[in-house]
Amino acid sequence: MATVPKVDVGTDYKEKYGFFVPEDYVFKAKRGLNPEIVKEISWMKKEPEWMLKMRLRSLEIFRKKPMPTWGADLSVIDFENIFYYLKASNKQSTSWEDLPPDIKKTYDRLGVPEAERKFLAGVSAQYESEVVYHSLQKELTAKGVIFTDTDSALRDHPELFKEYFGTVIPPADNKFSALNTAVWSGGSFIYVPKGVRVEIPLQAYFRINAENMGQFERTLIICDEGSFVHYIEGCTAPIYTTDSLHSAVVEIIVKKDARCRYTTIQNWSTNVFNLVTKRAMAYADATMEWVDGNLGSQITMKYPSVYLMEPGAKGDVLSVAFAGKGQHQDAGGKMIHVAPNTTSTITSKSISKGGGRTSYRGHIKMYPDAKNSKSFVKCDALLLDDESRSDTYPYNDVDAENVTLGHEATVSKVSDEQLFYLMSRGITRSEAETMIVNGFIEPFTKELPLEYAVELNRLIQLEMEGSVG
Amino acid sequence: MADFEIRDLRASVEGKEILKGVTLAINKGEVHAVMGPNGSGKSTLSHTLMGHPGYTVDGGEVIFKGQNVLTLEPDVRARMGMFLALQYPVVVPGISMTNFLRTALNAKRGYDGKDKSKQVTPKEFRSLLKGELEVLHMDDSFLPRYINDGFSGGEKKRAEILQMAILKPEIAILDETDSGLDIDSIKFVADAVNRMRGPELGVLIITHYTRILQFIKPDFVHVLVDGKFVLSGGPEVADRLEKTGYSEWAEADEPAVLKPEEVA
Repeated sequence: MATVPKVDVGTDYKEKYGFFVPEDYVFKAKRGLNPEIVKEISWMKKEPEWMLKMRLRSLEIFRKKPMPTWGADLSVIDFENIFYYLKASNKQSTSWEDLPPDIKKTYDRLGVPEAERKFLAGVSAQYESEVVYHSLQKELTAKGVIFTDTDSALRDHPELFKEYFGTVIPPADNKFSALNTAVWSGGSFIYVPKGVRVEIPLQAYFRINAENMGQFERTLIICDEGSFVHYIEGCTAPIYTTDSLHSAVVEIIVKKDARCRYTTIQNWSTNVFNLVTKRAMAYADATMEWVDGNLGSQITMKYPSVYLMEPGAKGDVLSVAFAGKGQHQDAGGKMIHVAPNTTSTITSKSISKGGGRTSYRGHIKMYPDAKNSKSFVKCDALLLDDESRSDTYPYNDVDAENVTLGHEATVSKVSDEQLFYLMSRGITRSEAETMIVNGFIEPFTKELPLEYAVELNRLIQLEMEGSVG
Repeated sequence: MADFEIRDLRASVEGKEILKGVTLAINKGEVHAVMGPNGSGKSTLSHTLMGHPGYTVDGGEVIFKGQNVLTLEPDVRARMGMFLALQYPVVVPGISMTNFLRTALNAKRGYDGKDKSKQVTPKEFRSLLKGELEVLHMDDSFLPRYINDGFSGGEKKRAEILQMAILKPEIAILDETDSGLDIDSIKFVADAVNRMRGPELGVLIITHYTRILQFIKPDFVHVLVDGKFVLSGGPEVADRLEKTGYSEWAEADEPAVLKPEEVA
């Protein structure tokens, strides 16, 4: 197997989005992974016995499961050289003013205060391994909505937590879900009661900020019958020289007639391994929408999925991946049709530049009961030069009758005609390329809240600068 | 010395020699028409002048503002004041016409994202657009649409002239702007171009047919056959072509007027 070259992200990256805040940790665990570390994490968090047992069981599963070999090359990850738990601050902040200055500075660079002023209903911003900043509007509480970090949820809402935790993605699902369950820390927990619509998107902004620091956040969202919530997660990572592992698990339950949209824009620095398991269960006439944007990271493997469990359930994945030099974005989606009259769509857009590689990997499964179900997959790849690469790996398993399954794939290059046209109007080559790329992902961008759309276009612009060829 | 001088321009496409020495001097305030039969090199002339990468310059120079523009990128030529209205405007999905026009105007004014004083203000941009849209008989609904995406032939050509009106070039090349246009669209387009005529604008109309010249009266007409000018003169040259077509040049015996059934 070919090895993945280490990427020197260079000083320009630092100017672009990287910055460094000196580490000031209250507690720093030892590197490496063993039952003692796991016990220590659980003890630090004062967790109930069942969670400790689950963590230890998951660690066993993680050790037994082989590394997946079907996607990107993961052989360079050294699990013994990673910190599995860090706690940046002992107390939870409830308002912006209370945040430690270092952390504040980090978020200032990311523009979080502005975002909060304009859009936020509540912020759950993860710094290092644990949520330290958290604000929640009173009206949400009044409606019975729970929006908190996952550690607090385990402590404050034990019954609800235990009922759903690990039910959508059991530890044994895959090697990285097992790892996450063993060492998880932080993440968001949302519960929306029956019939409640949360009209303002709930957002979490977080970033990794320690050398060889793994992030294993765990998110659990429960949309009770007829409810609606839009959750937004976004992050950029500062620059470090050694590999960093990010392995999150996101579990979502969308009950009858409910709708959940989960929007992500991730921009990890190009030394991060981003291996995420995201899955939702959608029940009768429920809708689950994944809107997923991946920039940055060295390797991303992420396939948001929806299990369509009851008639009328609907699942959507809309994703964008951008792979630059030395990057491999292996992304896609999974739609598992279990019940009749279920529908799903996957729209995947990928951009490769400077020798970057994108792969679409998708799985559509229709069980025998999934009569009259429909699924449509569309993947479009844009290559910015001849060194870059794009592949498509669609897997379809249809065991049901009377179903419709469509697949459309295109690979295109930035055309000379388009470039000439824009340049003939006085627009520079690099700006013209940026416009063409932003135009290509516009079907994705238009689904984002305005602020995120602007931010994504800006990130694309930064990625594109210097790509004159 | 003229404002825009093409001197002995030679160009090829994929190794095939197309332009075999074209010389032409255009002053601001003048309207020149280049007419020629199919394959005479009309499109090669327009694309080479603007710097399309598919066309190779084999010799000659084009002097504008004291510089040989043939060595410059298309965007630099455009910012200097050149403009090409394409025969086949290109579709660019995902970018609205408004965004395109604003970005191009800002580029023309030298705004590079830093010096805000050079940036067109929303108010100025709106009023500029409003006036030009009226002249071209276009409505606002066209602005949020993607660049040329799903535009009819007439809409595309009008959109080209709208860009010209917004960018206010000093040398404008109109490549087969009348092709595929119905008579109303030709009139709107011609009205808009005629309004822009004046001491600050030199125009080069490239056309196979004489029709557009009835609406935009040229000062000079040049006949291009097999990559070279074979005849130059005043508007009377167009009248002559109207009657005899390109038959004077035996290898290019084509009419220069549209047959009734070809008039859209």
